[in-house]
Parts: sequence; C-alpha cells; structure tokens
Amino acid sequence: MQEFSMTKPSFVDILEERRRGSDISHALRAFSPPPGCGAPPPSPSALNKMVLESQHLRYVVLEVRGHSEGGEAAALLDEMSQNLQVTFIRLLGFALSKIFTRLFRRIQVNEDGLARLQQATQEHPVILMPNHRSYVDFLVLSYIMFTYDLSIPVIAAGIPLMGMSLIGEIFRRSGAFFIRRAIGSDKLYWAVLSEYVRTIVRTGFAPVEFYVEGLRSRTLKSLTPKMGMMHMVLEPFLKGEVYDLSLVPVSISYDRVLEESLLAHELLGVPKPRETTRGLLKARRVLEQDYGSMHVYFGNPVSVRELAKGRIGRGQYNLVPRDLPGRPSEESQAFASAAAHRVVRLQERGTVLSPWSLTALLVLQRPDGTRWDLLARDTLWLRGIALQLGARLDWPADLPDLEVMSSSMALHRSVVRCEEGCVWLVEEAGPEPVTQEEGVFRRASAVLMCASYRNQALHVFTRPAMVAVAMGTVPGHSQEDIYRHFCFLRDLFANEFVFVPGCGPQDFEEGCSGLQQCGAVSATDHELKPTEEERDTIVFLSAILEPFIETYQVTGDNCTLLYFSLRNCLSFFPSHFREIFPNSTRYTLPGGYLPPTPTCCKLQCPNIYFRQSHCRIHPGSCSPTPLCGPQVATSSPI
Amino acid sequence: ITSHHITDSKPQDIMKWNGWGYSDSRFLFNKKGQGEFTGKRYRLSGMILPSLKDWFEATFGTSLQHKTPATPTLNVSAVPPPNLVEPFVEELKVAGVAASHDPEGRVFRSHGHCLHEIFALREGRIGRVPDLVVWPNCHNDVVKIVELACKYNVCLMPYGGGTSVSSALECPLEETRSVVSLDTSQMNRILWIDEKNLTVHVEAGIIGQDLERQLNESGYCTGHEPDSMEFSSLGGWVATRASGMKKNIYGNIEDLVVHIKMVTPRGVIEKSCQGPRMSTGPDIHHFIMGSEGTLGVVTEVTMKIRPLPEYQKYGSIVFPNFQQGVSCLREVARQRCAPASIRLMDNEQFQFGHALKPQVSSIFTSFLDGLKKFYITKFKGFEPHHLCVATLLFEGDREKVLQHEKQVYDIAAKFGGLAAGEDNGQRGYMLTFVIAYLRDLGMDYYVIGESFETSVPWDRVLDLCRNVKERIVRECKERGVQFPPFSTCRVTQTYDAGACVYFYFAFNYRGLADPLHVYERVEHEAREEILANGGSLSHHHGVGKLRKEWMREAVSTVGLGMLQSVKEYVDPNNIFGNRNLL
Repeated sequence: MQEFSMTKPSFVDILEERRRGSDISHALRAFSPPPGCGAPPPSPSALNKMVLESQHLRYVVLEVRGHSEGGEAAALLDEMSQNLQVTFIRLLGFALSKIFTRLFRRIQVNEDGLARLQQATQEHPVILMPNHRSYVDFLVLSYIMFTYDLSIPVIAAGIPLMGMSLIGEIFRRSGAFFIRRAIGSDKLYWAVLSEYVRTIVRTGFAPVEFYVEGLRSRTLKSLTPKMGMMHMVLEPFLKGEVYDLSLVPVSISYDRVLEESLLAHELLGVPKPRETTRGLLKARRVLEQDYGSMHVYFGNPVSVRELAKGRIGRGQYNLVPRDLPGRPSEESQAFASAAAHRVVRLQERGTVLSPWSLTALLVLQRPDGTRWDLLARDTLWLRGIALQLGARLDWPADLPDLEVMSSSMALHRSVVRCEEGCVWLVEEAGPEPVTQEEGVFRRASAVLMCASYRNQALHVFTRPAMVAVAMGTVPGHSQEDIYRHFCFLRDLFANEFVFVPGCGPQDFEEGCSGLQQCGAVSATDHELKPTEEERDTIVFLSAILEPFIETYQVTGDNCTLLYFSLRNCLSFFPSHFREIFPNSTRYTLPGGYLPPTPTCCKLQCPNIYFRQSHCRIHPGSCSPTPLCGPQVATSSPI
Repeated sequence: ITSHHITDSKPQDIMKWNGWGYSDSRFLFNKKGQGEFTGKRYRLSGMILPSLKDWFEATFGTSLQHKTPATPTLNVSAVPPPNLVEPFVEELKVAGVAASHDPEGRVFRSHGHCLHEIFALREGRIGRVPDLVVWPNCHNDVVKIVELACKYNVCLMPYGGGTSVSSALECPLEETRSVVSLDTSQMNRILWIDEKNLTVHVEAGIIGQDLERQLNESGYCTGHEPDSMEFSSLGGWVATRASGMKKNIYGNIEDLVVHIKMVTPRGVIEKSCQGPRMSTGPDIHHFIMGSEGTLGVVTEVTMKIRPLPEYQKYGSIVFPNFQQGVSCLREVARQRCAPASIRLMDNEQFQFGHALKPQVSSIFTSFLDGLKKFYITKFKGFEPHHLCVATLLFEGDREKVLQHEKQVYDIAAKFGGLAAGEDNGQRGYMLTFVIAYLRDLGMDYYVIGESFETSVPWDRVLDLCRNVKERIVRECKERGVQFPPFSTCRVTQTYDAGACVYFYFAFNYRGLADPLHVYERVEHEAREEILANGGSLSHHHGVGKLRKEWMREAVSTVGLGMLQSVKEYVDPNNIFGNRNLL
C-alpha cells in the first residue's frame, strides 16, 4: 500500500533532551512554525466572526428559529471555540515536560513522519487523526508539534474536559475546542459546530486534530470510526473549497496505559469518574509509577483527493448553494466512511507494539498460570509470526531477548506476577471471605487489563486468523469457499475489528499472504492448503479469534439467552459489548445474508437472536448474568 | 491596428500558415537577446521589450540557447491529393462559384488555433485537409452550393475566420466523402444600415475589425469585440455563441442579433420579421447560435448598432490580492455598474504584463515607475507576489464616464484597491491582441501553451481559480514536466450571477518524449477540475470536437437528444459533417 511505507521509521526520544536541558528554556524557545498553506492565522474572535457571519449558519438560524437573530449561535460558539495562545502553549510545554519526564522513560517519535507532516502542512490543510488510548494523548501531539516547531493543532475535545475548572481554560487556550456529547438532533448546534470546523479547515491556518474513533478505546482495540467530525473535515474538499486535504494518521501506543485499571473497572461496570480538576490532583499518585515508553508514530499523509479519485463525483454540489444545510449524500457518506476506516487501519499499522502485548496474548490463553520459560519461548515464537505479519515491535536488539521480555513484563506487575518460575494473573486484594461473584470480579480486572494489552496487537493477526478459521470450517480447500466464509466472519465482526468497507477481497488477500509469509499455507490458483510443518500456526491463529467467536456464539431456543459461562465471561473482551439479548429482532448479518453453511463457525443460524448496536456498554451491564432490558442506543455521531 | 485584406481569397499571403496572425508581426529575441515585436500593425510593433527575456527564462526555465524552430515553409508535396467529386466541381463552375484545390489554401483551412494543430504544422505534419475550397459571393451562392453538396453527397465545412480553438475545423478522420471547405470571406458586405431602428444587415463572412471600421465611418459600432475580432467573422460568432469584451454595454452575440438567415440542407431558415422580441415557441435563433457549423451556413445577419461613444477611458486598479479583487468585481456586478469592460488578472499575469513593458524612453518615466512601485509595495504594504490588477474600460459621454469611474473606484477602495492609472489599463487590453503571438515565440523555445475558459457562479470563482491552477501544476509535475508550468487566470467578464474565467497555461517541454500528449492530458484534467468545481464546459470558445466528450454531462442525455433530433431533421445526410458538438 502506497500510503504506508514499510521502511523502518527512525524513532527519536524527545524526553532525552528534556532530561539534559532546562524545561524553562524549552518552554521559552523561539517558536516560529513555518507558515501553513493558508492565510496567516486569524485571531480567535475573527474566526468566530467568520463563522457567525457564514451563509450556512444564517440559513440554519432562520430555518430553526424562524428569525435571523444570531445570539444563540454566538453563545454556542463561545462555549465551543478555542482560544489558542502561544503563551499557554509555552506554559503547557513547561508543565508537560515536567510530567512526561516523570511518567515515561521515553517518548519515541518518528522524525521522518514529522518531516512529512511539515511538508504536508505547507501544501494543504492537515487533519491530524490520532488514535485515543489515554487522557495523556490529549496534548501530547501539541507538545511534539511545539518541540518540532510545527503549527499547534486545534483539537476537538469532549465537553467534560471544559468543565474542569482552570484546566478547561488552559486546554482552550492550548487550542482545544469543545464538543457536546449528545448533540442528537440539535440542528443549531450541529450547524455551529460544523461551520466552525469547516472554517478552520478552509482557512488552513492550523492542523485540525480529532479522534476519529470518537472516544478513548477502553479496551485499547481500535474502534470503528465515528462519522460526524469526519464529514465536517471532508466537506471543504468535496465542495471544492480547498484543493486537497492531508489526513495524517497518528498511532499512539503505550507500554503501559496510565488509566489501565480505571479502564478495566469501567468495563466491569464501575462508572467512569467525572473529569474534574480535583480528580486530576487526586490522581497524582499515578505519577509515581513507571509507565515505560510511549510511541508516537506519524503516518504518511493521505491525500483526500487521491482517495476520492474515481470514488466520488465532486460535481454533486453544482446545482445547490454550497452553504445550504443538508445531509451528506449517500455517496459522500460511503466515501467518508471508507476514508475514516482507512485511517483507523493506518493507525493500527503504524502502532508500535511492546513485547508485553505478545506475552499478554499468550498469558490470556493460559489464565490459570504458566511456566515462565514456556511463556518466554512462545513469546519468541509469536514474535517471529508477528514480524512476518508486518507488526512493528519495540524490541531492543541490543538486549538479550529474555531480559527484554522480563523487563517488559515487570512493568506490568499489577497484572501479572512471576513467582517461582510461574506466571500468574494478579488477583485484586480485598477482605475475605469472597462470594463466587466477587472472586470473579477480582480476577476479572487483571484479565481485562491483560486482554487490553493483547488487543493492542490484535490487528496484526485478525485477517490471517480469520482466514485460518474460515479454512477450518470449509470442507476441502477451495479458495472461493474459504473466501465466502471469510466474508461471513468479516461481516460478523464488522463492529469488532476495523475493516474498510468494500475492501473484502483486499482483506482476504492480506490474510492469505500473511499466512503464506508464515509458511502456514500454500496457495495454488484456486486452493489454499495448510502446510504440515506450520499446523501450529493455523491452530494458534484460530485460537486468537476463538473468544470472539464464542462471544457471538449464542445458541438456544426461544427467547432465552443461553449460556454465558464463567470461562466465557473471563475471556470476554470484545470492545463494544454487543448487548446480546433475547429480542424480537431476528439476527441478520450486515448485508442481510445468512451464513453460507449451517455449521459455519459453530453458529447455528438461523436460531441466533441478538441485536446489534453501536453503543458503548452501559456501566453495569457486564455481569456474568445475562444482560437484560432493552437499551435504546443512540449512536453518537462524533 | 492597421487594416489589411484577409478578405482576399488568399489570406495565406499575409498571414502565417503555421502560427497566429499576420506574417509580418511576431515576437523574437534579437541578437542582443532582447525581446522585440516586429511589424507596424500594433502599438507594440517595432518596440524593444527589455524585461521579456528575463521573465521568459525565469518563468519557464528555458534558455535562449535551446531553440525549436518551425518548419519554414509548407512542403506542398506532403499535402494529400484532393478527393474530388468531378460532377460537383463541374456544376459549381457552371453556377459561377469560385473554387480551388490549391494545396496551400486547403492546408490553411484545415485547422484552427488549438495547440496541437499549430504544433503539427510547425513540425510540417499535415493531416486530413479539405479537398476543395469554395468561395460563395452571396446568399444565393450558398444555396446553390448546399444544393449541389446534397445532390452529390459532399461534406461541407463552413469556414469563417479560422480562429477556432476547439478543433472545430479539423476534418474528421473518419470522413470518407469529399470534404469541401466553404469559405465565407467573400460575403463581406454591409447590405444596409437602418438608422431608425439602429440595426445593420450584414453578410456573415465579414471580419470583425472590418465591420467595426466600416460602421465607425458612418458613426456607429456594434460594440462586439471578441479578442479574436481582427480575424474572426460574424458568421463564426453566431455559430459559436461568441462573447465580446464590451458585452456589459452591448451584450453578447445572442443579445446583439436581431435576425439570422441560414442555409441548411432542408432549405433556408429565418424569422419573418425583425421584432425585438417574440413569443413564438423556443427561439429558433438558439438552434442556430452555437450550432458550430453542424446545421448549415449563416449567410446574413441583422444586428444592433449603437452610435459611437463620445468618450472612452481606460483605467486600472491594483488590489492587495486576488481574493480582494474578486470581491470587488462581485460587488461591481451586484451594483450593476460594471464598465464596458472589467477584467481582473492574477499575480502571474500581472507580472507577465510587466514583462511586456516596452523600453522606457525617458529617465523621468522610469523614475516615476519606481516611485509607483515603491508607493504600492512599501507604503501601502502590498505583497509583490500577491497583488493583482484589474483593467477597466469606460465608454459613453464624458460626464457619465467620469461619474461612473468614480463609482467604480469608490467600490474598489472598499476592497483595498488603488487606482493605478490609465496606461496600465490600456496595456492590459493591448496584451489581449498580442498574447496569441507570444505562443509562437514560446514554441520557438520549447514552450507550449494554450488558453481555455469557463463561466462559474460568483461564490465559486475563487475556489475554481485556485483549484484549476493547482491542478495544472500538479498534473504537470506528475507527468514529468521538469519546470513548474505557467498557470494563471483572469476574470474577464462579470454577470449578475457569475463570471467568466480565462486560464493561460504553458510549460517548458524539454525532456518530454510526447509533449503534446502531456499537454492534452493536463488540459483534460484541468477541464475535469473546472466541471467538478461548478464551472461550465465553455463560456464562449464552444465545444467543437475538443470538448465533445463532456456534452452529455453538460446538457443531460435528453438535452443532447434534443440537439441530435434537430440535426437529424435539418441535415439527415450529415452534409455539414464537421462532427462538432454532438
């Protein structure tokens, strides 16, 4: 893929210089980013004025409120808008230098990517699209951009951050703008927000940064993208207001995520604490721990114009005023969706994995403990496969492998312990005696954390694993049959893993060539056969998907949700728990077709009933007991 | 402009056979390397242009060392022998219509002025040419010719001034019949002037400058001044829906025409009266205007005339950037106070204009120029690489012109515009006439280029200009053009609901294996970009064969079908077989 260079990126630790130099002089350094592609930056008030005076907003105000009084819109804009000031960037730079040097051993940044980014900012408006794994993500890009003398991005942030006293204002002055969560059908809000975003993109004075996944992935697995912001940033291109846009996927990964246990508890139903300044201060103790390295990989800028070539007609706006409010056409929606998925895929491919991700994968398959030497051996074996599948590993070449693995694991002593040559998952301490349920709960947190780290690496294996599973369910070796089963899995897991819509054949191809790389299959014109030597690989890859399949594997009669065994619960970690409940909605696959064979993937269709939704698990709904009660999910458009 | 006689049946004697315009007028770099424009016909003629060389070399990355001279003379033996239908030729002779199959005359009428047409001629490549040229003297001659053509199934291609830039005059390669070029140049008389109704009745072969000059002698003008008016014909204007630079006062060709007579294979089409407006179904004039020679030959036209304006004044305005300039033009259009002509050149064209400044005769003028430059760039803070200039032409009685001028300058001031003098304005318009000659100079030094145009709603003007220019630059780069191309535009007409935009595009083709192909692809992509940005397929150049592929998209399938059914009725045997438009 041209968008993705496989050449080894050159990572540089930006904290190294911070440890040697003074944070003050870093904060006060001459900051003069090269001018972007657009006009010089307008002042925040000038920008707001442009938005308020826009024809689009006037149309909407008139339509929604029946008069042309713009006061309401102005208030919304005041709540929303950023107020980027270099002084605050400096202040923040100082504070972050202090914090980051304490938290992390290293912040590794690929300088080649930054060079490409700098080039891109001078040509076209740039959209920075990082993945979102931790609160720390939020300002790290701004910090890096400041360090490298690049324009500070304007960042889309959730409104809870604004509510934090002082911190909210600091964020605002560091370039954050705030978006309400449940906008729903508030037309005026939509109009103000979209016009605001589009105006920033059009003027091109600063990169726009937003999380295409919409929210922090609680499971560290990529989330299927949310389309609201995506449409807003793409529109200026589709309407010809800018020549091109560069989408820059940014992959942020952590050896250890700050809020790992918070996330696990959230998944177990403990409500997320509200973002408050006080909470932040209280959380200071997290600063006292070691979080290893953070990797930030700036991917190749993706030209939207290139993406759009032959896929979408830009003439669609020729017959209506471009400012007219209206839903994006189906064509635009499909295009935006494909583009967003593609970016998430590129984020995944750019992600640098820690050795621990691989170890975690193996630990999970042996929840009852395993011998360290076996675990180490298998991790090395897995490393081989991962590398063949194109994974990017942070595996220091100059250290003995055993040391790499053990130190990587040592960082996670809150999850696993190694005692007397055996590796165990940690159980949370608590008062005795425990009920069975409490016991599960205590173990679950470690399992979930472990699963999350495994999830970081999952994208490497998904496609080959799906081919492997498909091969196992097909009598014979016909590629065509395998492909059919593969497509079934792809549709089934459409909300579980990220697949670019319409790229089924490419995904299959990627899976097959991955397996061939590992020597696990031999392909002829029409057949795909497992090789004898690497049978283990096929079995192992299939096993990776097993828990996911089991999760979806709900058999039963009538309207009872069936089994949800303890084991299942423990190995249960799909990112967005689908609410699985007896419901009158009969399950059909996306695309509306039924599995190719009744036994495929052990799914006993058509007796499966469950409803799909894109909504996040509701706190409390993940208990070992079956879920119940309908939850009407409104998918957040952001 | 000095008069001449292309009304001669042998225009090739005074005009270039492989380039633009008069043989005696051309740009060249003299022995000292200075730019020079030869001849005596234009204001610029005989002048030295000291900055042309530097601009030329810097803009295209060329060197005067590397020349690509044209084949000096037409190799007559390379011209394919004529495919004549003897009885047709015989009957023409009997009817008294002049005809010739002299190769030079046939080659001369085998092309318009698209880049690829001229490029091929310069290399001495001759493609399909007409087999015979006929010169009707009047309407009745045309009727006879068309009758005979129908009788002998001969393909007729009307030829007016030969200034087409849409491949409209190219003989279709698939045409196997005898192709006859019907040259209207001998039908060039003004038949009457009606001073009561202010109309003139003219034979359609008359050339623009002759019509205007002869009317001026009687104290009138049509006011129709397309950039090609030195060479283009009235019939050609009608057949392509031409637009004149002063359309703000006089209107475009469709506003000027009162009555048209056209000879078709079905017979003669015309209206029965000269009423100024009618409600008699769809206006049949609109089948004729823009038909590009596919339906018949326009033989006579009645058009509006106006008394010569008492006073003319040029003007110019400098804007800090193109965006401000466009906003100003938009406001002028909103207030409907556009002068006879108002054009906005972008920065590249502004600099180009400067490169064509003749040698300054006195130290004082050069001092004054320096002072102006200082005032604009230093005192007013205009960025020399962003500023752009609008040129203006006012017409009318003196008092009104001055009043009008003030109104326009006041609007301009609101958009940061500064009045920049009459001289700059006048030079801007003069450039229009000589720019076509410049392409020939470029082609002597590895530079090829072309212009193309569109019309677009006001709110998209800026976006379209930026995107198309950028697209050209990117496409050139992608296709291996070594040096960034010259990619520039100007807004040349304002309307209530939009504007006409004109692009120039040229590049240095050294190192390219197939420069023409590269050129054509880039132009194609530029047109795609125009359409994607809400621009039209053409504002006034027409479709010809060059832009046919987009016609369905441009007018819808039903629209195309309508036009086809008209063609089907009027000319079922495709006698007018130039295959333009449809």
